[in-house]
Amino acid sequence: MLYFSVPLGKLVRRVSRLRGGGSALPGLVVEKIDPGFMRRTLSTLPLGVAVVSGTNGKTTTTKMVVELLESQGLKVFTNRTGSNFTRGVAAALLGEVDWRGRLDADVAVLELDEAHAVHFVNKVPPRYSLLLNVLRDQLDRFGEIDKTAELLQHIASKTTGTVVLNREDPRVARIAQTLAGPEVLYFGLDDSLLSTFPNDDDMRAAPGSPVPPAPARPAADVVLRRVGADDADFEYDGATVTTAMKLRGVYNIFNAAAALTLARGVSGARGTGTDQAGLLTALSKVAPAFGRGESLVVDGLPLELVLVKNPSGFRLGLKSFPAAGYATMIAINDNYADGRDMSWLWDVEFDTLRNGGVDQLTGSRAYDMALRLQYDDVAIGAVDPEIAPALAAFIRGGQGKPKRIFCTYTAMLAIRRELSKITTVEVVS
Amino acid sequence: MTPRSPETPHELSFGHELPPEDSAAPSKGTIRVLQLYPRDMNIYGDWGNALVIAQRLRWHGYTPELLEYNVGDPFPEDVDLIVGGGGQDSGQLVIQDDLLSRESTLKQLADDGTPMLVICGLYQLFGKFFKTRLGSVLPGIGILDVETHGTDERLIGNVTVSSPEFGSILGYENHSGQTTLGPGVEPLGTTAKGTGNNSADGQEGARYRNVVASYLHGSLLPKNPALADFLIRTAVERKYGSFTPGTPDDSYAVLAREHAARRPR
Repeated sequence: MLYFSVPLGKLVRRVSRLRGGGSALPGLVVEKIDPGFMRRTLSTLPLGVAVVSGTNGKTTTTKMVVELLESQGLKVFTNRTGSNFTRGVAAALLGEVDWRGRLDADVAVLELDEAHAVHFVNKVPPRYSLLLNVLRDQLDRFGEIDKTAELLQHIASKTTGTVVLNREDPRVARIAQTLAGPEVLYFGLDDSLLSTFPNDDDMRAAPGSPVPPAPARPAADVVLRRVGADDADFEYDGATVTTAMKLRGVYNIFNAAAALTLARGVSGARGTGTDQAGLLTALSKVAPAFGRGESLVVDGLPLELVLVKNPSGFRLGLKSFPAAGYATMIAINDNYADGRDMSWLWDVEFDTLRNGGVDQLTGSRAYDMALRLQYDDVAIGAVDPEIAPALAAFIRGGQGKPKRIFCTYTAMLAIRRELSKITTVEVVS
Repeated sequence: MTPRSPETPHELSFGHELPPEDSAAPSKGTIRVLQLYPRDMNIYGDWGNALVIAQRLRWHGYTPELLEYNVGDPFPEDVDLIVGGGGQDSGQLVIQDDLLSRESTLKQLADDGTPMLVICGLYQLFGKFFKTRLGSVLPGIGILDVETHGTDERLIGNVTVSSPEFGSILGYENHSGQTTLGPGVEPLGTTAKGTGNNSADGQEGARYRNVVASYLHGSLLPKNPALADFLIRTAVERKYGSFTPGTPDDSYAVLAREHAARRPR
C-alpha cells in the first residue's frame, strides 16, 4: 500500500486541481490509505518541524518565519495555501514530494489552526512551536477561551525542542509553567507598547481601579521596542536594531518579533551561526499576507483590505489604520469560517469611526453591523447585504479618497473575487 | 464600583465608552443602571445590553447613569435597573462567593420589582443551583426557581423564541448547562429555532416579577428592542410613576431581525 500512496495521492491532487476542487481532498486520500505518510516524510527533515498557532496572525507570522529562514539559505517547506488543517498539510506535502515520497527541504514551518494542531502534533511531534495569542475568536467553535489555551498547551507539551511564547498574553505565557521538557523562549513588548495590545482580560478591568502589581516578566529573546510609520526597533542579543518595515499595523509588527525569535532559534540550531544582516533585510521586505492589511490599487487609488475576525483583531485594526482621509466599508459575514455568533461586534468600540462615519456596509450580517454602529452614534452611508453591488457602489462613490475595507474571512474572499474582475489582485498558492 | 455622573457620561470602564450625550432637550429623569460583574461575566458581548439600555434611555428622553458592581465592591444604593451577563467557568468561580454574599440584597430588589436582565452564566447562578457533570453542586442565589445541570453536550447556534409578552425574540445560544424551570417561574417563551433552556422541553429563559433571564446573547437587547423597552419602562414607572416614550429609530433593528431570522441554525 505504502508504495502506491504517494503516486496515488499526487494523482488525486492533479485530478482535483483540474476539476478546480478544494486543496484538502488529496490529503484526505493519502491519510486514509497511508496514515504514516506525514510523519514519515516530515521526520526526514534535518531541522525538524516548526508549528505556528494561536488565534490571530498565524498566516503573516508563518510567512515571515519562512522568509527569514530562506534568508539564511535554508530550504523551507510550508503550507502556503492557507489550508491550515492537517489534511491541508498532507495535501501541501503531496505537492512538494517527488514520486518516491522524498521531500527536499531542511525544515518545515506549518501554520495550524489551534484545534487541528492538536491532532497534528499527536501524529508528528514538532521540534519547535510558536504560540502567538489566545483571543476571543469563534467561541462558538471552541466553546471558551480557556479551552483554546488548553489546546495551545497541548501543542507545547508535544514539542521536543523549543517552545516560543508570547510573554504579554497571560494565557500563553502561563503555558511555560506546565512544561518540563522543551526549552522556552519568549517574545515581548516594550512597556510603552503594552497598552496598545489590550488582552481580553485587560479589556474588562476598570481604569481607575487599583492596578494589581504586574508580575515580574521573564526576559524575552526578542523585544519590540518601538513602532514607527515605516520602521521598527527590535532588541535582541543585548542590542537594539532599527529596521525598515513594509508590514502595516502594530499587531503584524509584534508578530515580526515572534517570527524573529523562532527563526533565530531554528537557524541557531545549525551550529553555523546566523547571518544577522540577512535576517533584518528579509524582515524589512516581508509583505503582508493575503488580506492582512494588504494594499491594492483600484481606479488609481489605494484600497486596503483589513481582515477582522475577533474583537481584539478588530480593535487593533481600527487602531492601526486611522480612519481620517479614508472612505470606509465594513463587510460582516456569519459563515462558519467567520464565526457564526455576532456578539463579538458588541465587544469592539467604533468611536474612532464617529468623525467620518462609515460609507458602506455589506455581508450577511450587514444590518447587525448597522445596528452596532447606530448604538455607537456612528453615521452610516448605505447598507446592502449583497457584496458585489455594495463593493461596486463603494468604489464608485469614493470621492477620490483612498479606501479601506474591514472584512471577515469569507467576506474577504468574496471581495477579492469581485476585485479581481476590475484590478490585479495578488494570487495566493 | 465606579459611579458615573451625567457630567462624565463617556468615562466608562472596561474599555467601553458610552458615546457623548448630544441632546439639548431637558432630561425627563435619571435612571441608575447597574452592570453586575462586568469584569468577570462579560464574555459574549454583554456590554451591548448595557449600551442599548443606556442609549435607548437617552432616545426616550431620560439620562442613564451607568454603574458597575464587581467582586468586593460596595453595593450601590438606589439601583433602578440591573443587567448581568455570561462568563466562562473561570469567571463563574471568581464571582461565586461574592454573589452568595449579595443574595439578600439582590433577592430584595427582585421581589420589590426591580427590572433585571440576566444572561447565560448569571441566569444559572440566579437559580437554585448548578450541578456539574462530575456531581459537585454550586449553590445559586435562588431568585429564580430553576436548576441547572452540566452536560457534555454544547448547545450552539441561532435561536428564535416566541414569547407571549415580547413577540419573537432573536438571539444566539452557546451553553452546556441545561436548565429546568420549577413552578415559581414562567418560561420567557418557546423555541421556534434552536434549543433554549434544555434539549428536552422546548422552553427558553425564565420570567419572575420583572426579572428576565435568558440563554440568548449576541447581544440580546439590540435586536430585541421590545425587551429593552420593557426593562426601561418598568424602571421609569417604578421611579417616576409614569413613562413617556420617545421615538427611537428602530429601522436597522427591524432589518437586522429579518436577516437574522433567515440565517441557518
